[in-house]
Amino acid sequence: MFKHTLFEKNSIFLVIGILVVVSIGGLVEIAPLYWLDSTIEKVRGVRPYSPLELAGRNIYIREGCYVCHSQQIRSLRDEVERYGHYSLAAESMYDHPFQWGSKRTGPDLARVGGRYSDEWHATHMIDPRSIVPESVMPGYPFLAANRLDYENIEGHLRANRTVGVPYTDEMIENAVADVEAQANPDEGDVDALLARYPGAQARVFDGEPGKVTELDALIAYLQMLGTLVDFDSFDAAANSR
Amino acid sequence: MNGLALFGLGVAAMLGLGVAGGAADEGMRIHAMLFAGAAVLAVFFLINRIYEPKLSPAGGPDSIDYNDSVVRAGAIASTFWGLVGFLVGLVLALQLAFPVLNFDTSWLNFGRLRALHTSAVIFAFGGNVLIMSSFYIVQRTCRARLAGDLAPWFVFWGYQLFIVLAATGYLLGITQSKEYAEPEWYVDLWLTIVWVTYLLVFMATLWKRREPHIYVANWFFLAFIVTVAMLHLVNNATVPVSLFGSKSYIAWSGVQDALTQWWYAHNAVGFFLTAGFLGMMYYFMPKQAGRPIFSYRLSIIHFWSLIFLYIWAGPHHLHFTALPDWAQTLGMAFSVMLWMPSWGGMVNGLMTLSGAWDKIRTDPLIRFMVVSLAFYGMSTFEGPLMSIRTVNALSHYTDWTIGHVHSGALGWVAYISFVAIYFVVPPLWGRARLYSLRLVNDHFWISSIGIVLYITAMWVSGILQGLMWRAYDNLGFLEFSFIETVEAMHPFYVIRAVGGLLFVIGMLVMIYNLWRTIRGEVRVEAPMAGTAAAQA
Repeated sequence: MFKHTLFEKNSIFLVIGILVVVSIGGLVEIAPLYWLDSTIEKVRGVRPYSPLELAGRNIYIREGCYVCHSQQIRSLRDEVERYGHYSLAAESMYDHPFQWGSKRTGPDLARVGGRYSDEWHATHMIDPRSIVPESVMPGYPFLAANRLDYENIEGHLRANRTVGVPYTDEMIENAVADVEAQANPDEGDVDALLARYPGAQARVFDGEPGKVTELDALIAYLQMLGTLVDFDSFDAAANSR
Repeated sequence: MNGLALFGLGVAAMLGLGVAGGAADEGMRIHAMLFAGAAVLAVFFLINRIYEPKLSPAGGPDSIDYNDSVVRAGAIASTFWGLVGFLVGLVLALQLAFPVLNFDTSWLNFGRLRALHTSAVIFAFGGNVLIMSSFYIVQRTCRARLAGDLAPWFVFWGYQLFIVLAATGYLLGITQSKEYAEPEWYVDLWLTIVWVTYLLVFMATLWKRREPHIYVANWFFLAFIVTVAMLHLVNNATVPVSLFGSKSYIAWSGVQDALTQWWYAHNAVGFFLTAGFLGMMYYFMPKQAGRPIFSYRLSIIHFWSLIFLYIWAGPHHLHFTALPDWAQTLGMAFSVMLWMPSWGGMVNGLMTLSGAWDKIRTDPLIRFMVVSLAFYGMSTFEGPLMSIRTVNALSHYTDWTIGHVHSGALGWVAYISFVAIYFVVPPLWGRARLYSLRLVNDHFWISSIGIVLYITAMWVSGILQGLMWRAYDNLGFLEFSFIETVEAMHPFYVIRAVGGLLFVIGMLVMIYNLWRTIRGEVRVEAPMAGTAAAQA
């Protein structure tokens, strides 16, 4: 007969017992997500972030936007009507880390791209209550003043490639040029940018041509959120899990 | 040993200065200099310690010279960080009620401060209470001095350095954005070193024990230490952009990252905020009540089933998301099952009071512990309820979750922590008793009213907002715009801030009481109800 004193009298057995017991759940639930093909839906349109969008995403992370804004539309009637098509796993397949969020103090942003003008975003970011009086969002006027630090943006692309995002050598080599072309299209090679990042939007996002600000990057990121997937070719039934 | 430590500190200082010199960003430069500064300070104190006269152990041959100096430091650190964490929480509550308090700054806005609050209360306050009380309890239940001479101090100061690096990082905008795992790669590495040392100190103390059995409190502490190490390593697997820069990219992506994160975060609740604190309960409850643990068999069953089931519960944070349904269903099923072992712990704690229930009236520490277990029972019932898909459809993304977390965090974790601190301070400073039991009682009532205001406000605001989001008018359109639901939250956010303020005031009463206790004073006061006759 098995005696529990085995664990009570031997700390090594106790530690091994604990490790075995606490490993099982994670192995059963998480590990299959890496090899089951059905985990990520087959869709068209999802691509890695352009360097400017990636830099904007890093500002989104730095300021803790995910604390109050989710990026995950649940498959519930009211959410789909309010925010758009429910979120797909494929839409965040290049997200290191994910930004699904856990709280909606503010609205979901998974498909905020294209919903408001750049000018709306710029004004709202600098003083949210000038546009939405009841808003409880902090103001971020400093983003418009801060120059974007993109000196080492190739390093960021390279680190992303190490963790599995399919950035090509060409994308990495042209990363700095692509940042400038996307935020100041008059002075850069937009065609080359679009060839590398189909569907990328190139314009002066913060209304101030010339220098690339953190606000440029953040708005570039917000304006592409949820716009990549080609839903006309998406087969919901085939991707049901 | 001292020589080796000095060498290590020298290397650490050089490393810090080297990284500071070549740092790729301002945050990394500040952190590298902080690290180097900490190493230099440690060299100074270590040399001081070597030349300090050694006191011979007191007492007869049978008495054990417990290492209580590191526990004393832990009690002070716990109290300090508790106050910091609660204050930052109050600021956040006020910012949500009155957004002008964000002051349009980068370092004081809600997005950055929120991680400071959660890390300060969970890791700085909770973590210090855990380390402090596990060091106190493991020595006494093993009847052995804490293993190692410098190692426990390394655990203590190394952990404080982790807190300072994490906290300053958030204000500087350094974050991985993974909730409750926000510190960047180099801070994670540092914590790993500290944590492994903690495990070794704890295990080595168990090896020295003069009791044949490992006491149940230590099972829980061991499960907490080992499992947190596993969660930390997997969830923080990351590739830094540069060894001289703060930014890194997490190895996992999208849906896999989401489940890894919530597997981590839910078990930070399960093991950091539950298993470790149950360890405290299993020591302080029988000690304070003067009764043995209710059921030995129950402690075995609920220990193994609790740690087995908790690990599965993570997916309930991802209902109706892009996580495959099979994983959501598994997470929901196991979360509901988790109710039983959770209540096993509550029952075992409460029933320990059998025959001593009168102490609720006379002993404010027992009162704190009973309410603490009641909140534990309530939030571990509410949790499974909220993990059911249909309930979660309403509760998720709303303040209901915030209320749920705080009934567990304030009611259970903070209350049992207060008991631990009130319990250990008098013996650690050689005092016969606390300065004032009536002040403990005041602390209890002030903070209890605070908790009730807090969680009821969040229940109402959460359910209200959830219902408003899904409300349709009779033409079949969504009835409310998002901003209308934000506006409706305002009164509840004010009430919540008042509740938080009361909790902070309770903490200040505790600090005053502890301060007078440490100074060796005893307040002249009427005894607590029920003891009057006995003492007359």
